[in-house]
Amino acid sequence: MMLDIYDFYDKMERNNILLSFKGDITSELLTSILQIMESKLENLQEEPKVKKKVYNVLVECLQNLYHHMDEVDMVKSDKTRSAIFMIGKLESRYNVITGNYIRKENVELLSGRLEKINALTQDQLKEYYKKVLANGEMSAKGGGGLGMIDIARKTGQKLNYNFMPIDDQYAFFSLNIKI
Amino acid sequence: MEKILIEPTPKTPSINFDFNQGLLEIKGRSIPENSIEFYKPLVESLEKYGSTPGPTTTVNIHLEYFNTSSSKCILDVFKKLEAIHKNGNRLVINWYYEQDDEDMLEAGEDYQAIINVPFKMMQVEE
Repeated sequence: MMLDIYDFYDKMERNNILLSFKGDITSELLTSILQIMESKLENLQEEPKVKKKVYNVLVECLQNLYHHMDEVDMVKSDKTRSAIFMIGKLESRYNVITGNYIRKENVELLSGRLEKINALTQDQLKEYYKKVLANGEMSAKGGGGLGMIDIARKTGQKLNYNFMPIDDQYAFFSLNIKI
Repeated sequence: MEKILIEPTPKTPSINFDFNQGLLEIKGRSIPENSIEFYKPLVESLEKYGSTPGPTTTVNIHLEYFNTSSSKCILDVFKKLEAIHKNGNRLVINWYYEQDDEDMLEAGEDYQAIINVPFKMMQVEE
């Protein structure tokens, strides 16, 4: 175990990880994380434009994890409730990486939605966003399927994601956003 | 009707809704996880206000950030305002955005495209 911790440190150092967390995602945790990141962005003296974009995308990524925890019917102590996220900065770009378990039967739906978003141009994304905003159904907690569209729009990048099979029930979903 | 006065928090904006003056102001950041719960009282008051609105209703939206969960609720607010406008009442919506914040300007334009009410885009210096 003592050997492993240096490995963690070294990997995080090389990827210039500013902040990382693994565990249960709660509303209070998100409040703290966002406050920490806001002051880090302040200290890094980013221009307001960059700061706003990073903050915005971060909010969407983290709240995706939060709503996911909420929606999936899981036992409290179940390890599958846990999620991981890391925020790093390499050269001039910020990286937000998230990972969480997803039930196998939901993989197809999510991957279909992400593929659809990735097939659209920026102009088409704008139209799609407006369409979902105007007509889309909203879940009880307010997630309306807009988060991923918004991330793709604000970053101007294709969504970089992966589903790794874990067992007969779960896959591990990871998302890597560059801003 | 009672005035609505909500203080800002790190995740929710300040709301000032003065029925007698016909003035609604939303200011700050709107990034709550559960935005429906936060906006419900405002949407309900706007519904009531809509039955006897003032001669002119002025709405100032000055948001620093908002999440996609809030975006639907903000649309609900605009829909209530659209109804007031449709009934022939004067309505002004001022959408404030900071000089270099293209995303916020674009967000205002998105709403403008959905809602049938004239928006005024108000650029402010940081």
